[in-house]
Amino acid sequence: MEVILDNLPLYLRGFGMTLYLLGLTVLFALPLGALVAALRISPVPSLRVVAAVYTEWLRNTPLTLVFFFIAFVLPRIGARLDYEIGAVVALTLYTAPFFAEAIRSGVNAVPVGQAEAARSIGLTFGQTLGNVILPQALRGVVPPLINVTIALTKNTSVATGFFVFTLVSTGQRLANQNGDQVIPILLGVAFFYLVITIPLGQFADRLEERVVVNR
Amino acid sequence: MEPLVVLDNVNKHFGELHVLKEISTTVGRGEVVVVIGPSGSGKSTLCRAINRLETIDNGTITIDGKQLPSEGAELAKLRADVGMVFQSFNLFAHKTVLENVTLGPIKVRRKSRQEAEKRAMELLERVGVANQAKKMPAQLSGGQQQRVAIARALAMDPKLMLFDEPTSALDPEMINEVLDVITGLAKDGMTMIVVTHEMGFARKVADRLLFMADGRIVEDATPTDFFDHPASDRAKDFLSKILTH
Repeated sequence: MEVILDNLPLYLRGFGMTLYLLGLTVLFALPLGALVAALRISPVPSLRVVAAVYTEWLRNTPLTLVFFFIAFVLPRIGARLDYEIGAVVALTLYTAPFFAEAIRSGVNAVPVGQAEAARSIGLTFGQTLGNVILPQALRGVVPPLINVTIALTKNTSVATGFFVFTLVSTGQRLANQNGDQVIPILLGVAFFYLVITIPLGQFADRLEERVVVNR
Repeated sequence: MEPLVVLDNVNKHFGELHVLKEISTTVGRGEVVVVIGPSGSGKSTLCRAINRLETIDNGTITIDGKQLPSEGAELAKLRADVGMVFQSFNLFAHKTVLENVTLGPIKVRRKSRQEAEKRAMELLERVGVANQAKKMPAQLSGGQQQRVAIARALAMDPKLMLFDEPTSALDPEMINEVLDVITGLAKDGMTMIVVTHEMGFARKVADRLLFMADGRIVEDATPTDFFDHPASDRAKDFLSKILTH
């Protein structure tokens, strides 16, 4: 335990970076995911194809590979990013399709008659989505969105391998310095992840208990 | 009579199934056309095709001189002028009765909330559910929900109303309250296309009756002619099965 308390600033530094990556990624990936979901259900076939290809491609690629691409391939074509920014870009590109799929499944759970009724009073596709479909889809969508966010929290650790100082970096450095206390050090790292993920999980559970729109 | 809806040689397939076969007909302004026929005859598909909830393979559908646009803002504009009432009501489940009726006028017609609500209350009064305005759709009976759906369509001041089996999902005791509202609209001169299985209603309200079977319009007659002197064997067979009780 002592090793954790003695090195609290280092833990907090890693924790801060993990939160930073998480926060920025959610900030960018959620709107991007909503956009991809909207494209995926849009009436224009070519937009649907673009969204489907992006979703399937990124969702089925290991996150590490996405990081490699951002870290080593982009600089070759002249785009040089900060390590932290690069990590946010990689995490955003990778996470947006998961958000998109969560949103799409919620949208699909809204009966098709709702969209038909909205269109038949003359609402455009965007108005139908914004006024009728998304408000009804949202409550069902929040729990899976939180699951994706929990997975994202853990995925930020991949940035460790790409020169970003995350919670895992804290663990690595401390373990190297204090070879005899690896177990408490790693438990400390796990603890800080739990500080983020457990409240998220409880929040999701509580929302799930609430009833969805009455039909 | 001035034509409002013109269908010319409309065809539609669902995969292998040819659901609409060379449909051509005209609905005049102020005319009430009732479409009847056995299940699977294409009557619902026809009704839905007129505001393009179903696409068609070929042929043309013209409403008030304009051909149906295929997508986008133009189509939305046309749909705003065509009221649609569904078998399953399809009231917006997350909005109150009043909000259901005002959504279109506010978002599409750009009316002020106050103006839209005033008109909505008049319409809810007319269909007899004004006292339910603050409730959610799920708190209403089927008959009440369907009357709200009619008010929602009327709030757009449509040129034409489409009814796709408006009473098929209702308990028997609620059918008449909905049919009475539709009959009232017909008397007021609204142009309507009504797909229904209610033969008494069809006879009473229709200016013209279309009998469909296997994707074709088999008979196009006045209700009296159709019910008393059906011309085709298909119609005779249909009537003999439903009118024996």
